[in-house]
Amino acid sequence: MLSIRFRPLLVAAGVALAALGARAATTSEPILNVSYDPTREFYTEFNQLFAKKWQTETGEKLTVKQSHGGSGKQARSVIDGLAADVVTLALAYDVDAIADAGLIGKDWIKRLPENSAPYTSTIVFLVRKGNPKQIKDWDDLIKPGVQVITPNPKTSGGARWNYLAAWAYAREKNGGDEGKAKEFVQKLFKNVPVLDSGARGSTVTFTQRELGDVLLAWENEAYLSLQEFGADKFEIVTPSLSVLAEPSVAVVDSVVDRKGTRKVAEAYLQFLYTREGQELAAKHYYRPRHPELAGAQYANRFANVRLVTVDQAFGGWREAQKQHFSDGGVFDQISGAR
Amino acid sequence: MPGEAHASRSTLVEPLWLRAALIVAALAFLGLFLLLPLTVVFVEALKRGVGAYWNALQEPDALSAIKLTLMTAGIAVPLNLLFGVCASWCIAKFDFHGKHLLITLIDLPFSVSPVISGMVYVLLFGLNGLLGPWLREHDVQIIFALPGLVLATIFVTFPFVARELIPLMQEQGTEEEEAAIVLGASGWQTFWRVTLPNIKWGLLYGVLLCNARAMGEFGAVSVVSGHIRGETNTMPLHVEILYNEYNFVAAFAVASVLALLALVTLAAKTVLEWRFGHELAATRRGG
Repeated sequence: MLSIRFRPLLVAAGVALAALGARAATTSEPILNVSYDPTREFYTEFNQLFAKKWQTETGEKLTVKQSHGGSGKQARSVIDGLAADVVTLALAYDVDAIADAGLIGKDWIKRLPENSAPYTSTIVFLVRKGNPKQIKDWDDLIKPGVQVITPNPKTSGGARWNYLAAWAYAREKNGGDEGKAKEFVQKLFKNVPVLDSGARGSTVTFTQRELGDVLLAWENEAYLSLQEFGADKFEIVTPSLSVLAEPSVAVVDSVVDRKGTRKVAEAYLQFLYTREGQELAAKHYYRPRHPELAGAQYANRFANVRLVTVDQAFGGWREAQKQHFSDGGVFDQISGAR
Repeated sequence: MPGEAHASRSTLVEPLWLRAALIVAALAFLGLFLLLPLTVVFVEALKRGVGAYWNALQEPDALSAIKLTLMTAGIAVPLNLLFGVCASWCIAKFDFHGKHLLITLIDLPFSVSPVISGMVYVLLFGLNGLLGPWLREHDVQIIFALPGLVLATIFVTFPFVARELIPLMQEQGTEEEEAAIVLGASGWQTFWRVTLPNIKWGLLYGVLLCNARAMGEFGAVSVVSGHIRGETNTMPLHVEILYNEYNFVAAFAVASVLALLALVTLAAKTVLEWRFGHELAATRRGG
């Protein structure tokens, strides 16, 4: 009796929703760039630049939409069906995860130059003006009474870079002893009062809510904070060793083939490697792959740091992910023991 | 009787200082936790002047967020109105098997965390979900698009209308409907001329609550949104994004619009209550 009464209602609701969902195929297709947290300002500007170039070359008006969040979370959304034409994520493993779900060809990393990472970054420390806790290098982060702010390595790409940078430093200092490195990183995470899900959340925690003595941050995020809040509030400290962060970009094959947007999506990513793209990346404090293209005004912008790569130090992202960040991995052991 | 009540009053009434203290405490609490935050929203929004405030609201992304929120509520609220009336009519006026189960189900969204409700739709309509592959084949996008936002909003605001109406209708009983049917009215006429007039105030209240929640929902909507700027960000989501972009004036400007919408809803309710107050009391008594 009841079910008969409700059935027409449900059908009507279903039809209405389906009609809303279906897209008219005739309109020119905008593309969507699903990215990680700190790239918002960069891609907002880059998208306009690319749209202008695309219009002069093809005559078509193009809208590039953007979505930002913790890198792992964003990858998850794409796997669940967020229709990204391109992904520009914080690290290769998150793109690998999408490739494993069958949405991107497994050889994606070789499709574009420089490991499909058109710009790089590294992990630095952001401290309050005058550096009241005298934080100079990684060793100072595990001292008692120092509060360290970093996002959660489970959801945030930046946080995984933070973690690996600390690990690489401690291992090198202890002559390659993995056990000592683990102890070091465990001590470091004991000093973390709050784990946000994304890099931007952590930056807001540190700069706005004024929690913590030091923020482990993307270099570009640290510079952005100086720019937003003034150099009289914060200082950047460059550690003696850090990690070469290679944020990866890729075209999402299954989406562009369905939407017919492969051409524009590929052009979009290639544009990142041109003079305009490299210059804009440098302007937003990403380290350009080709500093000679970015121009002389950015030549001395970035401090010289000794950088290790994930491939050298951890045998690649898949290996690092499996050992450190998978369920029951080293990070779980460490944070379980907090 | 009235004389008796009057005589015993002085012993029942608390001393003046206690009354004053209670009133001050209540007002202070109200001011601190309700009025102050509300004021802060508007003060922060207008910090850099009316011009900056106005510009922030003219932003295409902000406009689209406002539009999307109104559209989502505009679809979700009428559907829940329809459902709520149907369900409470069934529950209050008829006896059938599984009635208690239905009541429990209606309450489900209240007890489930909104994040879980959003997650359920991802598991159902996501690419790896139960219906995902079929939807992809037929080029229908549910989550990370308007339909998903509407569904999630419907889910979390499901109980508001029904929960408001069921006790009211139960209290009113079925006598008037029975009389109408005895006098020869059809089922439809009975509903339209007898039941609906009796419940209209409860219904209005339920709809207003439902609407307020629909526009303000964050958790469930955040899970199914995909956070595409200018497309799937509702106002609460857009506020968070702007805040995270250090764009505080704009964040609070959009938040103030959200607060204004809530205030308008409240004002509408108050005006209606004031204007039709005697009728409202009459329907409550009429039950």
